[in-house]
Amino acid sequence: MNNEVVLSMRGICMTFPGVKALNNVDFTLREGEIHALMGENGAGKSTLIKCLTGVNDFEKGEIFFGKDMHPIRNHSTLEAQKNGISTVYQEVNLCPNLSVAENLFIGREPMTKLGTINRKAMVNRAKELMKKLDIQVDVTQALENYSIALQQMIAIARAVDMECKVLILDEPTSSLDDKEVEKLFTLMRSLKDEGIGIIFVTHFLEQVYAVCDRITVLRNGQLVGEYEISDLPRLKLVAAMMGKDFDDLQSIKSKEDEAVSDEVLIEARGLSHVRKIKPFDLDIHKGEVVGLTGLLGSGRSELARCIYGADKAQTGTLKVNGKATKINAPIDAMKLGMGLLPDDRKAEGIVEDLSVRENIMLAMQSLSGVVKRIPMDKQMEITKKFIDLLEIKTPSTETLVKQLSGGNQQKVIIARWLATDPEFLILDEPTRGIDVGTKTEIQKLVVELARQGKSVIFISSEIEEMLRTCNRLAVLRDGEKVGELTEDLTQQSVMKVIAGGERS
Amino acid sequence: MIEMKKKSINSHTILLLITIGLFILLYAAGYFMYGFGDNAKGFEKLQTFLDIFRTNAALICIACGMTCVMLTGGIDISVGSLVAMDCMILSVGMENNGTSPTLLVPFVLLIGIVFGAVQGYLIGYLNIQPFIVTMGGMFFARGMTAMICTDQVNITVQNWFKEVAGLKVYMPFELGAVVNKRGVKMVPYINVPVLIALLCVILVFLMLRYTRTGRSMYAVGGNQQSAALMGLNTKRTKMITYILSSFLCSIGGILYCMNTMCGTTTQALGLEMKAISSAVIGGTLLTGGVGNVFGSFIGVLINGTINSIVSFNADLTRLGGTVPNVVSAFLLFVFIMLQAIFAKIRERKQ
Amino acid sequence: MKKVLNWLKKISKKPLFLPLFSVFLVLIINVIYDAAQGNYALEFFRLELKEGALYGRIIDILNRGSEAAILAIGMTLVVSSSAGTDISVGSVMSLAGSLCCMILAGFGVTHVRELGDLQAPIFVGVIAGIAVAGLCGVFNGFLVAKMKIQPMVATLIFFTAGRAIGLLLTNNKMVYIHLDQFKVFGGKLWIFPTPTVIAAACILVMTLILKTTSLGMYVQSVGINPKASRIAGINSVAIILLCYVICGLFSGVAGIVATSRIYSADSNNIGLNLELDAILAVALGGNSLGGGRFNLAGSIIGAYTIQAITTTMYALGVAKAQAPVYKAIIVILIVVVQSPVIKAYFAKRRAQKATLAAAAGRG
Repeated sequence: MNNEVVLSMRGICMTFPGVKALNNVDFTLREGEIHALMGENGAGKSTLIKCLTGVNDFEKGEIFFGKDMHPIRNHSTLEAQKNGISTVYQEVNLCPNLSVAENLFIGREPMTKLGTINRKAMVNRAKELMKKLDIQVDVTQALENYSIALQQMIAIARAVDMECKVLILDEPTSSLDDKEVEKLFTLMRSLKDEGIGIIFVTHFLEQVYAVCDRITVLRNGQLVGEYEISDLPRLKLVAAMMGKDFDDLQSIKSKEDEAVSDEVLIEARGLSHVRKIKPFDLDIHKGEVVGLTGLLGSGRSELARCIYGADKAQTGTLKVNGKATKINAPIDAMKLGMGLLPDDRKAEGIVEDLSVRENIMLAMQSLSGVVKRIPMDKQMEITKKFIDLLEIKTPSTETLVKQLSGGNQQKVIIARWLATDPEFLILDEPTRGIDVGTKTEIQKLVVELARQGKSVIFISSEIEEMLRTCNRLAVLRDGEKVGELTEDLTQQSVMKVIAGGERS
Repeated sequence: MIEMKKKSINSHTILLLITIGLFILLYAAGYFMYGFGDNAKGFEKLQTFLDIFRTNAALICIACGMTCVMLTGGIDISVGSLVAMDCMILSVGMENNGTSPTLLVPFVLLIGIVFGAVQGYLIGYLNIQPFIVTMGGMFFARGMTAMICTDQVNITVQNWFKEVAGLKVYMPFELGAVVNKRGVKMVPYINVPVLIALLCVILVFLMLRYTRTGRSMYAVGGNQQSAALMGLNTKRTKMITYILSSFLCSIGGILYCMNTMCGTTTQALGLEMKAISSAVIGGTLLTGGVGNVFGSFIGVLINGTINSIVSFNADLTRLGGTVPNVVSAFLLFVFIMLQAIFAKIRERKQ
Repeated sequence: MKKVLNWLKKISKKPLFLPLFSVFLVLIINVIYDAAQGNYALEFFRLELKEGALYGRIIDILNRGSEAAILAIGMTLVVSSSAGTDISVGSVMSLAGSLCCMILAGFGVTHVRELGDLQAPIFVGVIAGIAVAGLCGVFNGFLVAKMKIQPMVATLIFFTAGRAIGLLLTNNKMVYIHLDQFKVFGGKLWIFPTPTVIAAACILVMTLILKTTSLGMYVQSVGINPKASRIAGINSVAIILLCYVICGLFSGVAGIVATSRIYSADSNNIGLNLELDAILAVALGGNSLGGGRFNLAGSIIGAYTIQAITTTMYALGVAKAQAPVYKAIIVILIVVVQSPVIKAYFAKRRAQKATLAAAAGRG
């Protein structure tokens, strides 16, 4: 597939205070091509995109665009849009209070001869556009009434209607379930057929292989290489991203490590939370790692949050160490030795204007109470211990956590919970946004915790990761726990239970 | 997973209906208390209804501007002081300097535009918090009022301003005419300020619904970052909003002056809070993105009705402005709770 | 010269730069004015001991700015934890004062001239006033923390109703307490003005609390990310409620001070527009009105700076009613300089100059 090049970035250099984010990076995009842009945290993917769309003012390099490859330089997203480069971000950048039609056409509404907005024409054109892209919504309803997946597609529709030649999708699938991802892919393929070049920034390996034609890999701000998908098997891709060969992927857990005790730490019976998770039973033994698996939206996070009290359980009983307890708020769970690493670290994890030290100490301080402040020397000691243990890259303990990269922020939150020395830790997508090397470190940490007799609930979208660390898997579907797997822990058996039909 | 959403009744529509219902209820209460049968003290007259418009013409204009500002997620607490400054300029200009209102009225409007432009620039382009900027505007305008003149100035000269202010626009077909004790037929009337105020409401409504600037105001209030990414000039939109607010405020100032025919330093104290409270009762959210000018209009009428009812009761009137304030505060409380409850219901649905 | 500039650049990044710089400016203006007038140049700093009391422009500022400073303490916490402002503080001050005087005089009585006329001991009246202000704080806090109502809207209720309720309590009349034991709160303690002492005490209490407990971190955490705070075990609702209660209590204290100054309950004028001064103090102190990190010292300095500006105005001969104009200009100037857009502009220019200098140096 050798279409004409529509976008060529050459020798891009971008420096932020203290760090060279991009060093001589090239990027090429062809017409009618879906091109994945991949790299671990801090590789420079977002930075490169922002250079293209005018958010970043890069100091070196050139960008050529269009069939005639004329040089362009965008100074704002608006200018980029006018030039035919549109971006759809993970956080849907539309206005929730406006209707779908208005969101599609705001800023470029069809006008009447009087110079006012022709609302009828706007609604009709919106209906046409939705029909063309096979998105079934009522265009007069407010956007906030629809799911994130639909909102994203409406955002794409807007970009398409603005006749973009290059469409950038920045982590579009992170909040979508498999059906929604398929719908998105169908849309992407139809856009590809129309000759639009798509830059697909993502973490998900499977999706890259499902829909992309080419892959560009960045690492530490440098270009590693541009490959055709057929030339790049998975292992080679991961090696390119990590910079080394990866045998560790296989075993980090041996049979001797499995020290699951018979003592039940957590005994949950009939816990539920309306509209989030149907009543479930679950036993967790000491020294056990239980994985929660299922499709996105099946209730994995909700189940864990229900036990922890983040969403208060509305029915059922909970016994911890044999004693019946009632958890009304997270602090109650914490006092019983529990901890929860939420999956949305930005919304529920980091306190961005507080320092790294304060973020790490936050949970410990809660346990100690408002009045009893943990002395500063102890705070520094604990902070430094975890900075070393998890290799958190930060200029100092007092750096505001918002200045750290996403992966390091995640590590800070993990440190927060490890600092409380919990008996039972719930990790919801702990390795999301973290480079492959540290991913393994965290998995090893989980296994180590279990070996020490602690219990862990491990939630991840990557089944392989869970198979590597868990003793048992609980399977959820559509807001309900439908089964458990203790033997035959393979990808295939898990998929079977997720898909349905098997109950244990 | 594609969904079809049935046309759900918006919680915002419900709130507007409640606002309108409350107005009808309040007015009915007043009618039963002071306009019915033996108790008829005059509340039943159409004039009483029209008087609410007459007393609040200025506030209606200001509330329209305030609605726009609140739509973008901002606030303008300078409006009361700007009204006072405008009244002082008009009064001193006409009375002490003998300047013609033909010069003064456009001048006052121009001041409104400049005032709004400065505030709008600071808020829209320099990203300073609206509360602080408009507070500065408030201090500035209030102080300037005193700088122009510290005494009360009454307009006694005869000019077209005074004539227009005193002009009575009678009801067509002598609607609601009543014969008073002396046998004179009293036809209910409104005045020019009311017509101007109503015109403002209609024009602002049309602007908000049918112009790009108006929709941009909603967008900026809904999600400013998204609006910017969608290519809207959020800075300019915000600046225009504040210019509009101060311009409408100046119109309101002119109407206020027609009503009071004087300028003092203590005029229109607390007017901004009345405007904000009218907008909130009318369904405008302080966080932005939601609201409509018609609701704010009804909000003004509600406050006006309360004042009217109080004025009919001698005991309550003796207590001065306290009773309307307390009732206003209570109403505000009720509406705030309603908005919060609806928000919680919507949250739970998602 | 370069060293001085570098030093300036460094300190301008410190959190307390803005408030201290503002104070510095005001002092300079005073010194210049005095020198120009032919007065003793450091007239501003002169202190005199007359009739057993300290006098001087500085003392004046510290005295009159006490109420604003006390309010600023509570307002800082409110702004930090809820990203909102409590605009009811002025009216609550008035309400507290009215209740206190009503309790001391008895309902309907307008003058208390003898100790024997008191219907209740003075401390009961004072405590009652502060308590009712605290209750207003509970009301505000409940609406904001539990019902998730926007702070400015929630506090608008008592802003509108506070004075009115106060007027109803005093039967729409001013109540005078002509007793030295009552006037002392607004008078003097030894040689110092009592309001200043009370303000200092309040500041001290709050500082102690912030230093020995983790309230500061909790408040900031809740203000920055209430969801994350909750998952980490913090009771966001309780913290926000607490902040509003504290703000209410301090409003009560300020109300008693203000009432004692004029030894009467003047519902319409006590605390008038003071809420704006308090909010301004917090902003001038370098705190973001959007919540999050806070610096109490900054707010306090901000409060006294605003008072200093007002006092300087009067000393310069500006009429009382006209002072707001200059106050507004100064405040806007300060906030403009502090705005991130302007800061970014200057940062860019500095960076460009630096690269030019570096290139020239290398060439």
